[in-house]
Amino acid sequence: MSAVITRRTVLAAGTASLLAAPWVARAQANTLRIGMQSILSGPIALLGTSSRNALMMEQDRINAAGGFLGRQIEIVYRDSKGQPQEAARIARELVNSSGCELLIDAEASSASFAVQEVVRSLDVACIHTNSETSSLTADPKIRAPTAFRVARQGVHDAVAGSIYLAEYASAKKLNKWATCSPDYAYGRDTTAQYLQFFKQFKPDLEVITEAWPKLGQPDFTEVITKLIQAKPQALFTLLYAGDLSAFVNQGNIYALFAQMAVATPNVDYPVLAAIKNLPAGIQSATRYLETFPDTPANKEWGQAYFKKWNERPTNWSWQNTVAMQFYEQAIKKANALDGKALAAALSGMRIYTPFGVDGTITMRDDHTTIGYAIGWGQTIPKEPFIVDVKAADWGKIIELETEWKKQQRYI
Amino acid sequence: MDLHALGACLTTSACVVTQTTSGLIVGMLLFLVAAGVTLIFGVLKIVNFAHGTFYMLGGYVAYTTLGVTDSYMLAVLAGALSMALFGVVFERALISRVYGSNVLMQLLICYAVVLIFDDLVKIVWGPEFHAMGMPQAFQVPPLFIAGGVVPPFYAVLIGIAALIAIVLGLGLSMTRLGKTVRAAAINAQMVSALGVNTTLLFAIVFAVGGGLAGLAGALAAPVRSLSPGMGFSVLIESFIVTVIGGMGSIAGALASALLIGLVRGFGTIGFPQFTDGLIYIVMIAILLLRPQGLFGRRL
Repeated sequence: MSAVITRRTVLAAGTASLLAAPWVARAQANTLRIGMQSILSGPIALLGTSSRNALMMEQDRINAAGGFLGRQIEIVYRDSKGQPQEAARIARELVNSSGCELLIDAEASSASFAVQEVVRSLDVACIHTNSETSSLTADPKIRAPTAFRVARQGVHDAVAGSIYLAEYASAKKLNKWATCSPDYAYGRDTTAQYLQFFKQFKPDLEVITEAWPKLGQPDFTEVITKLIQAKPQALFTLLYAGDLSAFVNQGNIYALFAQMAVATPNVDYPVLAAIKNLPAGIQSATRYLETFPDTPANKEWGQAYFKKWNERPTNWSWQNTVAMQFYEQAIKKANALDGKALAAALSGMRIYTPFGVDGTITMRDDHTTIGYAIGWGQTIPKEPFIVDVKAADWGKIIELETEWKKQQRYI
Repeated sequence: MDLHALGACLTTSACVVTQTTSGLIVGMLLFLVAAGVTLIFGVLKIVNFAHGTFYMLGGYVAYTTLGVTDSYMLAVLAGALSMALFGVVFERALISRVYGSNVLMQLLICYAVVLIFDDLVKIVWGPEFHAMGMPQAFQVPPLFIAGGVVPPFYAVLIGIAALIAIVLGLGLSMTRLGKTVRAAAINAQMVSALGVNTTLLFAIVFAVGGGLAGLAGALAAPVRSLSPGMGFSVLIESFIVTVIGGMGSIAGALASALLIGLVRGFGTIGFPQFTDGLIYIVMIAILLLRPQGLFGRRL
């Protein structure tokens, strides 16, 4: 076969391109754009990029299955650096300038509240995928008609953790506790929420000392020695990411973990992998764990993620995956993309997903999810890192959440 | 405020030993960083706002070296020496061009270096945090002295930092180079007129300052998380140390670093919600009584 390109070939190719151009343009115009903004730089960028990784996998899966309403999807990613004003500006720009018809708000709580107000004014469908602050959807004054949450909720975790820790503390006769949490709104509010429920289940619980290190504090030595001096039987901590890793490494050289039991809800795969000498026996919640729920579907997803990105998924990864699964089902049901139609479809919707404790997750009428996997177990220094995982009782969680909502006058 | 707990601690040998060790380790690592800041200011009258970058890079270089060689000693040496070299390059390429110019120009150059290297660290090592992990030799149970807890790793770190303080002190007061550096701190032009190569001298000062910050970063790497921008928090405290100790005084830097370490160690028992505030109150009190700092010369 001759490799010579003749003038006739070039003309034919050119004509073909011209004829094909409108089709290509139409296909591009027909693409459904979904806006996503998150923390893609800074100290906790790892969580933002793990959200993006999960969404990229979902985009491939959905497009391979024909897209949404016959249109291929394209997720547009923006970095807000976690700053509320920036997040709000980006959300508005994604809809008004970049032509996005749906939103994924993959921000932490501080920025999600800002995005919520933008969504309220735009009337576009939005799913918050990472904000855990309960009031975002629990408080009817803050809840927005077309905004939903697919993420853990603080009050759910607090109830589940308190029930588990109360049983653990009673079995081990651990009455004197210390707390050590970051000194900002999340650390203080969530510690208070945990202690409120914890004391409800274990009335003889006594908090004998509290430590409030600064977020990103390089040295925890004085905090660790203070905890050792107070001689509590157990420690509850909400430190996370690099701070938790530094605390464990510094605590190890004081043999802190041999002197008191330790409990934390914030151990995620990247932290587990980064801590070089993870002590055994820390009571820990499962943010995301390949072995909980212990199902082939969950394991398959965890391994597919690892194979594609050469790192383990985080809690934020599964939450973003489920958000896309909810959009997929809601769009099929509503056969539309507008905010109101999708809101009606999403409310009360139940989907099959590997991340549900019974293989399903439900979007409740108050725009937040229930039935996702919450478990507590204890750490071991090698994979699977957390073993003896006990699943939380969702019946009890909802019962106490309802009481809490009444106390807060949300219902 | 929990004065009862503080009183109980001060009357218990276990608590005094544990909190003093805790204060010493915080103070000594701070001293290593602050010594460079004060040395550079003393001789060159440059406030090196990029000093935290040396601390951060020292930690990262040590982290990578440990991964390659599996030797903590080599990792620490690599962290310190690479930052000494970086100090020379930084001084020759950038700082030497702004000697005697507006302080805002110096600040701008230092801040640009901070931002550039924070981003470079993100590109090379990634935006997420890293933990070096404790070297095998130090994975041992802590020592118990008079009932107090003393980790062997921290005891070694305090020893190394104390040794460096002595070498630095003796080097500045006993050696010819040290005397020249002190003379340059008083009048650099006169030293130059006497035939001393001040260009080389200034580069050496930056090498020592940068090397000490790199050493601190490398020594602390097994217990502190490494993340882009980590130098900033250390920089603020090292400036406090420099101001309290007296701008340009190595002995002052040592005394004030230990003072801050001990205020942190015992402050966290008596004033758990106000430990950071306590440091600033100590600084204000000292500056009211001695505006030139503990060991500073009256201006």
